[in-house]
Amino acid sequence: MEWIYEPWPWYVSGAAIAFVMLLLLLVGKNFGMSSNLRTLCTICGADKQSEFFKFDWKSQKWNLIVVAGAIIGGFLASTFLTADAAVHINPNTVQELQGLGFESAGAAYLPTELYATESLTNWKSIGLIALGGFLVGFGARYAGGCTSGHAISGLSNLQWPSLVAVIGFFAGGMIMIYLLFPLIFS
Amino acid sequence: MRSLSYLLIGILFGITMFKSEAASWFRIYEMFKFDAFHMYGIIGTAVGLGVIIVAAIKRFKIKSFYGEPIVFEPKDKSIPRYAIGGLLFGLGWGLAGACPGPMFTLVGAGYVSILVVIVAAILGTFVYGLLRDKLPH
Repeated sequence: MEWIYEPWPWYVSGAAIAFVMLLLLLVGKNFGMSSNLRTLCTICGADKQSEFFKFDWKSQKWNLIVVAGAIIGGFLASTFLTADAAVHINPNTVQELQGLGFESAGAAYLPTELYATESLTNWKSIGLIALGGFLVGFGARYAGGCTSGHAISGLSNLQWPSLVAVIGFFAGGMIMIYLLFPLIFS
Repeated sequence: MRSLSYLLIGILFGITMFKSEAASWFRIYEMFKFDAFHMYGIIGTAVGLGVIIVAAIKRFKIKSFYGEPIVFEPKDKSIPRYAIGGLLFGLGWGLAGACPGPMFTLVGAGYVSILVVIVAAILGTFVYGLLRDKLPH
């Protein structure tokens, strides 16, 4: 039964994601997570500020329930299905990250330098993850979807706009990591 | 009943995001560095199977569990919004290491500070809504 605590191999993970998309299609919905951020804006009253948020958010309640499930799933997986959450990335990557000051590389699920609860008193850490989150939210809505809506749903439906978006995702990620990381973390 | 099905699908999704390590900042960094096949294998398998699933649903006109036709909305045809929006998303994905699904999974996994990312992502969406008419699409 030890295997149950192991991380899932890529082919199991990829198949599970495709299965999630299939199930959502079979219940008459579609797989796209970032639209929940728009729904949450509307619930918070953003419809008074911009036409973009004027829609019946209750029609999106199903997707908020999926989000609630994703939270519960994260709890179940980390509590009952994981003994050691350390992510065993490529040893070369570990060494490189340690050079950038990420001592937790290879020994944690998220870098403690950015995400440890104690880092919440470190303005640089909070500022960086907040900036990252802001860009994710802004960019996802600008592009009309995120990893689930474009990279999985859109590409599965052979939509070339989704391919443009995915190329953008990778270009942005690579600019951040190759060009900006050495400036931010050093 | 329908709500329960959405919840169960969400739970499966959350478990998958955590156990696949796709919710790990380190895996995202490693992916952008091309240091491992893991993330490419995940996305490749999901899209490969996804293409077959979508084609089969269209070809055999498969209906939903509730008897409704399954419709696929084509994406609007344009370049700037996908290129610029995608680029900005990618910058954030590389920095925060979490996209809009996994960030919720990480809440359940007990990472309190991910709430900063979620609040900022909601704020980013809000600011997009304010600026939308001024941006090229």
